[in-house]
Amino acid sequence: MISIIAAREWRVLFASPLAWGVLAMAQGGLAWIFVTLVADFQALQGQLAGLDSAPGVTDLVVAPLFQAAAWVLLLLTPLLTMRLFSEERRAHTFELLLSAPVSASAIVLGKYLGVLAFLLLSIALVAAMPLTLALGTTLDQGKLLAGLLGLCLLIAAIAAAGLYLSLLTRQPALAAVATFGLLLLLWLADIAGARSDLAGRLLGYLAPLRHYEALLRGLFDSADVAYYLLFITLFLGLAVRRLDDLRLRD
Amino acid sequence: MNAPPTVLQVDNLSRRFGALHAVESVSFSLQRGQVLGWLGPNGAGKSTTLRMLAGVLAPDAGRIVINGADLFDQPRPARQALGYLPEPPPLYRELRVEEQLWFSARLHGLSRTASRRAVADTLARCGLEAVQRRLIGHLSRGYQQRVGIAQTLLHDPPLLLLDEPTTGLDPLQVAELHQLIRELGRDHGVIFSTHRLAEVRAVCTHVQIMRDGRLVYAGALAELERGDLTTALRVGFETSPPLTALAALPGVIAVEPLGRGRFRLRHAAGANLARMLVEQAVAAGWGLCELIPEGADLEQRCIELLLGTEEAS
Repeated sequence: MISIIAAREWRVLFASPLAWGVLAMAQGGLAWIFVTLVADFQALQGQLAGLDSAPGVTDLVVAPLFQAAAWVLLLLTPLLTMRLFSEERRAHTFELLLSAPVSASAIVLGKYLGVLAFLLLSIALVAAMPLTLALGTTLDQGKLLAGLLGLCLLIAAIAAAGLYLSLLTRQPALAAVATFGLLLLLWLADIAGARSDLAGRLLGYLAPLRHYEALLRGLFDSADVAYYLLFITLFLGLAVRRLDDLRLRD
Repeated sequence: MNAPPTVLQVDNLSRRFGALHAVESVSFSLQRGQVLGWLGPNGAGKSTTLRMLAGVLAPDAGRIVINGADLFDQPRPARQALGYLPEPPPLYRELRVEEQLWFSARLHGLSRTASRRAVADTLARCGLEAVQRRLIGHLSRGYQQRVGIAQTLLHDPPLLLLDEPTTGLDPLQVAELHQLIRELGRDHGVIFSTHRLAEVRAVCTHVQIMRDGRLVYAGALAELERGDLTTALRVGFETSPPLTALAALPGVIAVEPLGRGRFRLRHAAGANLARMLVEQAVAAGWGLCELIPEGADLEQRCIELLLGTEEAS
């Protein structure tokens, strides 16, 4: 049942120019950044050769690329998640799902996996770029995989939040704005996290970007992974509750 | 197959929106082979009730049992047993007709092979083969409505809930849909809401009339039609006769004073009241000045029920 809902979501994403536009923008923008990073690295190579334990290509190209990819995808994810539920409510197609013999959790998971598959595809396309470097040099596979995992988890977390927010309104644009608002809050938490007092440390812990940066440096800490999984579970759980609630009110 | 004959049992269903009682303790049941026409003005609570029956909106109170399964205790078999067509039909504009039907079939738990067969059968049954590859967003309103109906039939539910299914159809399509509903009505329980009495007459075996969230009439169509065999005479006199004298006329069931010497006399159909009345009026010198037979047909009777008064003019 989940896979059927996910498959329809995936099918509809590709039927809309929006998804293609998102893929093209992410890919085009990041390709340009990637080429710039590689050029910079080539220019620096001479100086780096003289250093002991110099940063390698993974640190100077892959990590900054993933950092940029995180920003680009964070800005595009709300545009994909905004229509998950609000569009169904606006177009009066929601009744089909609500009256079908399907549980609220299956509906939420199906929709989430559908949009997540699309986001993972765009991450895979981004990750394919640094992988081409492996033809000419050796990459630090551990760092690469940790960064990739972090990117996937970060985007998956924001997608879960976006899904929940799209359940709160009939207006897709409003859902996108709410998701951007949440991103802004989390970004502010990240900035506040730079302070070293207790509040700063707490806020910093709440910010998804902090946990991503650790993974980008190649530091795989199961606490960071657990943070993202909790974040995702929280918002999907809220979405299921909200969906059950919709049948009560509306 | 010994399927339960009662496909729907509703007990004391109520729903409020804030201070508004949208639906108030509605109870009824539906058997296989019944087509229930649901009449009522806009805002009477028809759609709200249908939404509750379809499990899209939770009631504040009451019980809904579909095909022997309680909608809240055993939601899966209950939902499996119903086909719901809301207004407007829930169709994804970006999908092709066959994709939409496939999705709906799979969503209702049909296997791949069963879905393939169900989609092919339903496309043929609803005359959609010619448009099966078209995008739903590009179809005319009439075709969209047909896809919506096709979608409710895919998993062959014993209970069909159709909310104003003939909206947007041209007269030919309406006639086709009526034919389809009559066919389905033979082995399914069908509820459909409308505000057109002619539709109810064309396809229904039973009628329910709703007003302000309450059922004001429920029964077989034949009974409602028989009901209108009591007709009325409107009479006016120059000197008002005593009520008792009018009530004593043979065949009179009820006398309603309308003021200024005018009365409505309800009487059993067939009794030749007019002649007797004229004779009596002349003999007693009432000065009969008005005599209007009121052919209270089904339409009239429904309007009376809808307005909640006997004074419907």
